[in-house]
Amino acid sequence: MGMTLAEKIIASAAGVESVRPGDIHTVELDYLMSNDGTTHLTIDMYNKLAHPHIADVSKLVWIVDHNLPSDSVKTAASHKKMRDFAKQNGIAFYEGKGVCHQIMMEHHVRPGQLIFGADSHTCAYGALGAFGTGVGCTDYLYAMVTGKSWVLVPESLRFNLTGRLNPGVTARDLILTIIGRIGANGANYKAMEFGGEGLKTLTMSDRIAICNLCVEAGAKTALMEADEVALDYLAQRGRAPKHVFHADPDAAYAETYEIDMTEIVPVVAKPHFVDQVVPASQCLGTRIDEAFLGSCNNGRMEDLRAGAAILKGRKVADSVRFLVVPASGEIYRQALEEGLLKIFMESGAIVMNANCSVCWGSCQGVIGEGETLISTGTRNFKGRAGHPNSFVYLASAETVTASAVAGEITTADRLPKLED
Amino acid sequence: MGKIFKFHTDVDTDQIIASQYLLYPTVEEMKSHAFESLDDSFASRVQPGDYVVAAENFGCGSSREQAPAVLKALGVKAVVAKSFARIFFRNAINIGLPVIVCKELYDHVNDGEEMDLSLIDGTAEVNGVTYACTKLNPYMQDILNQGGLLASLNREEA
Repeated sequence: MGMTLAEKIIASAAGVESVRPGDIHTVELDYLMSNDGTTHLTIDMYNKLAHPHIADVSKLVWIVDHNLPSDSVKTAASHKKMRDFAKQNGIAFYEGKGVCHQIMMEHHVRPGQLIFGADSHTCAYGALGAFGTGVGCTDYLYAMVTGKSWVLVPESLRFNLTGRLNPGVTARDLILTIIGRIGANGANYKAMEFGGEGLKTLTMSDRIAICNLCVEAGAKTALMEADEVALDYLAQRGRAPKHVFHADPDAAYAETYEIDMTEIVPVVAKPHFVDQVVPASQCLGTRIDEAFLGSCNNGRMEDLRAGAAILKGRKVADSVRFLVVPASGEIYRQALEEGLLKIFMESGAIVMNANCSVCWGSCQGVIGEGETLISTGTRNFKGRAGHPNSFVYLASAETVTASAVAGEITTADRLPKLED
Repeated sequence: MGKIFKFHTDVDTDQIIASQYLLYPTVEEMKSHAFESLDDSFASRVQPGDYVVAAENFGCGSSREQAPAVLKALGVKAVVAKSFARIFFRNAINIGLPVIVCKELYDHVNDGEEMDLSLIDGTAEVNGVTYACTKLNPYMQDILNQGGLLASLNREEA
């Protein structure tokens, strides 16, 4: 019996010939990423260990992105603890450089690796054919001290993509549609593997958006074969694969889904769950108070370009705060060079530093009681972006930007045409 | 015996402990905000030895270990649910908070009722009725028995 991508990477990390779903294996980790959401607690636990030490400091990457710049004295204390520990121990440390997963993709992740991240959206690394999975700080600490951890081999779901997305439809619409179809625990304990001819039509940015969101269906990880698109991205950044794995033709999947990308339409996920997915056309006219273009899911160049193309010559509605947050410093600078930030600012958007922003309710742009946000962020749970009685709709960069202009939920093709 | 605090399906980690408290310096400072968005009296009412009972996919969402940690810090003896999201499940075991899968219990018990849970037998008893729970995988049971992953690490490296 052949193996899936997830099984091959685990077998490689465990140093065994083959693995089967349900097996538990001890694995060597390639990277351990942690951000300011939990690292201060990890350090406290580390300091209480009987024999604190770091197995291999070169595997650690620490990134301050969740509450940056610090919003309070308590946050500042947690950041200082993390910063000081990283400096004292020689840990790769990023602060003010962008959202953790985007930084990992730009600078670290290589195909074939097995990576633990103390953040649930670590599954994004599957866009480069790496097994990334989210862990808590105890798992993180155990791996930091021993260099190893245990993994329960997941069953895999296979998604065969065919066709290509229509103009105005995005990879985010595609993955939200899939999550809507399989449900918020549709991939719980499982790996989501994407392949098929349709995958070739998707850019790296598209692929990151897809893999990143798979945890919203409960997935342990998401994986795509590292093909020419992925290897080009890697080569441009001066990195080489650890190993390019291919799923075997006779690999066993718990379920196989055929996804015709030509059928995907712009969608929104309604409050308060990521699987409450409906065509955007069903939410037209819903008033919004704030719009957010950014996050590890949708704050890359392609997203900013899409937003700027819609905003050029238009204004953000008076009633809306439109936050534009590039996912990394690199993206910020490129958007500046391409003149995108000027377009955003001239239209009335608020351009902010690269961080997690209002994708979670503890950074900036927090919404108040009864307010509604339309967002390219990762989640729309109750209270996710601020007050417990507020509302978050998730949508693509195009739909979010169009809605910011209209002051209510709409799609880009429904905006009044600009006069020449 | 402990009291049941009953929650619905798809309870996400933002509800267990909201984002704005995660960077507080310690779990002790966070714990009074547990379940604040769903029941702002939970943290003051829950007593050591009480139980959280939920339906499907408990603890979905973020990997924040603060979620099981605040429940443990408040003295919650165990979470009993129809199913758990995987990161929460693993985090709970790692910190020594029992997470028990029981398919039948949820539909037959009410908020505020008294429950007796035997971790050794894998059974829960409410109103004189005994419910069988799913046994943990032996590897995970062993971590739990040792008091969590760090307790076992300290022992390994002793």
